[in-house]
Amino acid sequence: MRDLTDRALNTAQALGASYADTRVVRRREESIAIKTGKVEGVAMGETEGFGVRVIVDGAWGFAASHRLELDEADRVAGLAVRIAKASGTALRRRVVLDDRSPARGSYETPVEEDPFKLPLERKIQDLLAADQRATSVKGVAFTESMYAAQREWKTFAATDGSYTEQTITHVGSAVEANAIDGDEHQRRSYPDAGGGFRAAGYEFIRGLDLADHAEAYAEEAVALLTAPQLPPGRRTIVLDPSQLYLQIHESCGHPTELDRVFGTEASYAGTSFLTTDRLDEGFRYGSDLITIVADATAQHGLGTFGWDDEGVAAQAVPLIQDGILVGYLSSRETAPRIGRQSGGAMRADGWNRIPLIRMTNVSLLPVPGMSLDDIVADTDDGLYLASNRSWSIDDRRLNFQFATEVAYEIKGGVKGRLFKNPTYTGITYEFWRSCDAVGDASSWVMLGTPNCGKGEPSQVGHVGHGVSGARFRDVQVGVGKW
Amino acid sequence: MLSEQAATEARRADPTVGAAEALALAEDVLGRALRVGATEAEVLVTSEDSALTRFANSEIHQNVAESNRTVNLRFVAGKRIAVMSSARTDVEGIRSLVNRASAVVRTCEELEDWAGLPTPATGVGLVDAIDAWSPGTAEATPELRADAVRAVIAAADAEMVVAYGSFSTSAESIAVANSAGIRISQSRTGSQLLTVHMSPGGGNGYAEAVSMDASTIDAAAIGREAAEKAHASDHAVSVPAGDYPVVLEEYAVVDITDYLGYLGFSALAVLEGRSFVEPGRKVGSELVSVIDDGGDPAGLAMAFDFEGVRKHRVTLLDRGVCRDVVYDSQTAARAGTTSTGHGLPAPNPWGPFPLNSVMAAGTTPREELIGGLDRGLLVTRFHYTNTVHPKLAIITGMTRDGTFLVRGGEIVGPVRNLRFTQSYLDAIAAVSAVSSSRKTLRGFLGSAVVPALRIDAWTFTGVTEH
Repeated sequence: MRDLTDRALNTAQALGASYADTRVVRRREESIAIKTGKVEGVAMGETEGFGVRVIVDGAWGFAASHRLELDEADRVAGLAVRIAKASGTALRRRVVLDDRSPARGSYETPVEEDPFKLPLERKIQDLLAADQRATSVKGVAFTESMYAAQREWKTFAATDGSYTEQTITHVGSAVEANAIDGDEHQRRSYPDAGGGFRAAGYEFIRGLDLADHAEAYAEEAVALLTAPQLPPGRRTIVLDPSQLYLQIHESCGHPTELDRVFGTEASYAGTSFLTTDRLDEGFRYGSDLITIVADATAQHGLGTFGWDDEGVAAQAVPLIQDGILVGYLSSRETAPRIGRQSGGAMRADGWNRIPLIRMTNVSLLPVPGMSLDDIVADTDDGLYLASNRSWSIDDRRLNFQFATEVAYEIKGGVKGRLFKNPTYTGITYEFWRSCDAVGDASSWVMLGTPNCGKGEPSQVGHVGHGVSGARFRDVQVGVGKW
Repeated sequence: MLSEQAATEARRADPTVGAAEALALAEDVLGRALRVGATEAEVLVTSEDSALTRFANSEIHQNVAESNRTVNLRFVAGKRIAVMSSARTDVEGIRSLVNRASAVVRTCEELEDWAGLPTPATGVGLVDAIDAWSPGTAEATPELRADAVRAVIAAADAEMVVAYGSFSTSAESIAVANSAGIRISQSRTGSQLLTVHMSPGGGNGYAEAVSMDASTIDAAAIGREAAEKAHASDHAVSVPAGDYPVVLEEYAVVDITDYLGYLGFSALAVLEGRSFVEPGRKVGSELVSVIDDGGDPAGLAMAFDFEGVRKHRVTLLDRGVCRDVVYDSQTAARAGTTSTGHGLPAPNPWGPFPLNSVMAAGTTPREELIGGLDRGLLVTRFHYTNTVHPKLAIITGMTRDGTFLVRGGEIVGPVRNLRFTQSYLDAIAAVSAVSSSRKTLRGFLGSAVVPALRIDAWTFTGVTEH
């Protein structure tokens, strides 16, 4: 691999690059899709290639190829330099990177039971068993069960002497039951809508106990068909970790991406209300209970690694401290603009994409004092919302609206009847300021989002969120006409 | 043997070269699969050269290119099916791909109602195999893209606004060979230029152009359109949420055709009972007709799907009435019909989708649509839409990049963005005017050719601060 990376970097420098880095990535994927007891898809994929990123006269260029050959390294490096020169014809701010020591070493996701060594039949049978438990429930129209594993071998080299090798493994699985009656369509998913994912081996899948949970979730999907519609109103809501993690993702993770703050995602995903003047003023993002950290070292997180994709070591970066904005997800290019060093959040979706500022593991820290059960018991009149069903937020990350699969009424501290089609909406900082209880460590769990979209050309990111559940007051629920 | 550079140039100069290369590779892999015991096999080869120049703060800040090739092998042994894909297309890579597929398939469960791979399509309704290749796109250089971006930025500079956007070009060859006799290939090009302009007064404007031929995109005109809109939306005021008649520009309408296709007009959605579609059910205004037409030269044409089945022209909505849905081979077999050529790459648990939606034009000149609004809103486009309720097609999302209050048929000023929570079925039922002109755009389901619409009732459920 050294031959290829050296060749690409040397060619780039010889053609005028003041800085260059290259990533050689091989990605292996495996997936199983089951629908209502039928194995509809078993797929295995492998992709490999390399990308070369260069700075020429202060402008970026990038090119990538699937051919891991030395003459191709010359061609790709040359194309990256040519592209950078074209970028230089429309340049107003020269790229300046922060200083960092060359990155060297290796990292590997801790895995107890290698998912790629386990026989495929075993994984199919495990998933089939769970799916059949859901399918067996009377009233279930169809089920969708999935398993996925991904392993990425990644070599990073840069003209500053950096050279790292990493092996990252992610696995995930879920069972989803759907019930339909006329125009009503209800769904319940275990452990999460879209799948529960972690940086781990198959031991995580075993620990989910899919089969043991599938039936109860399927029964709840059927029960939702006849549950009352959640009426509109302003309510106290308690968010289960299976919903709160996405609230963090959309309303804290994305708006603290410093590239968005500087406008470089404006035409696609949008910008951010958390502008740098708000960092300077100590903007109150949430209540005193809210401390959110981007921690790339967290155990089992989908955003856990040794180094990011520009060779910055994994670290924990405070974003919100006791409710106050204190930091951003950043890169070597953006961090110096606010007088800081990169927080190591540059991540690329494979060999053919440039790294962008992405979430690592953006987690709401637990607050000692009340467990999630205590919070419910402490709630006289409210709603308990679980499992995301849809999400939307405006282009500055202020006005959000979420739907969950289920709402349970809370009366006198006890969870009771179901409501169907629950939705809630608000303005980000008003919502987080209304938080008056965060669960303690007993319910804190590392969840993952394996489908975070960003960038042009589009990239899909795997990011983690640690969360324990929380309570919010005076929230608008029951949005729209039903 | 040609160098990769020379081979790339040959492919750019002649679309048949890339298509023939892809088909030859597909046939080679197919032969290997059958020799190691596949009872059926399908090979999909996609080969792509693509590039994208991205700009923000009126400068180029990201600028990328890639060459990629993927082989997707559907290996069938009886009723056991495994799918293997690889980007390695050298001899050893192909041998490994086929051998792994052969080994894995034996461990798979049987799919009891496996219908077999599709055969070459015949009959009426097939789309014309139109030319989908433009040398002007295939040979687009970094310098050409930078020139176009500078034209967009110059238009922004002239109006004292700031430009953010991207210009992408791509050339791809797709080939499918299967054991049932399909041998088909095509080379296609596509390009898209989009920009958001932001004004110091807080206004935003958007413009977009999509074309098979990048040289037909007028970058300066796109820049001027966005700049004009940005200034027009300066100093927006808040209006309360509620029900308003609206005029949706084409950039917003594409979201409606996408979601209706995604949620309803897929055969799998119908088979699973989660679609609103019932043949003959009236869901829209008589002014609303939508077809899927991979052969429409106004869109980004596709002659066949990812199973190699020639595309049929499918009527989805005919004057507001649900007619047909799109099928791939498996859903067609389960429904007792034939594929319409709308399959995705295997394995595909999501079902077939209409990837070339075309909404019929109306008779109202575009500029006269707002004339029918006594008090309503003009919406440029939507942002971050998502499904709240699939069967009712209730969608939530935000307006973005130019929303305006209209009174007495005239724009009276810009308003801050609003959130909507709206059934798209109710929306198409309330269409009262359709523009006589249309735009070709890209949505999340592919390309779409859509008009602007006037809709008599639209439910906005929230406001934001900008």
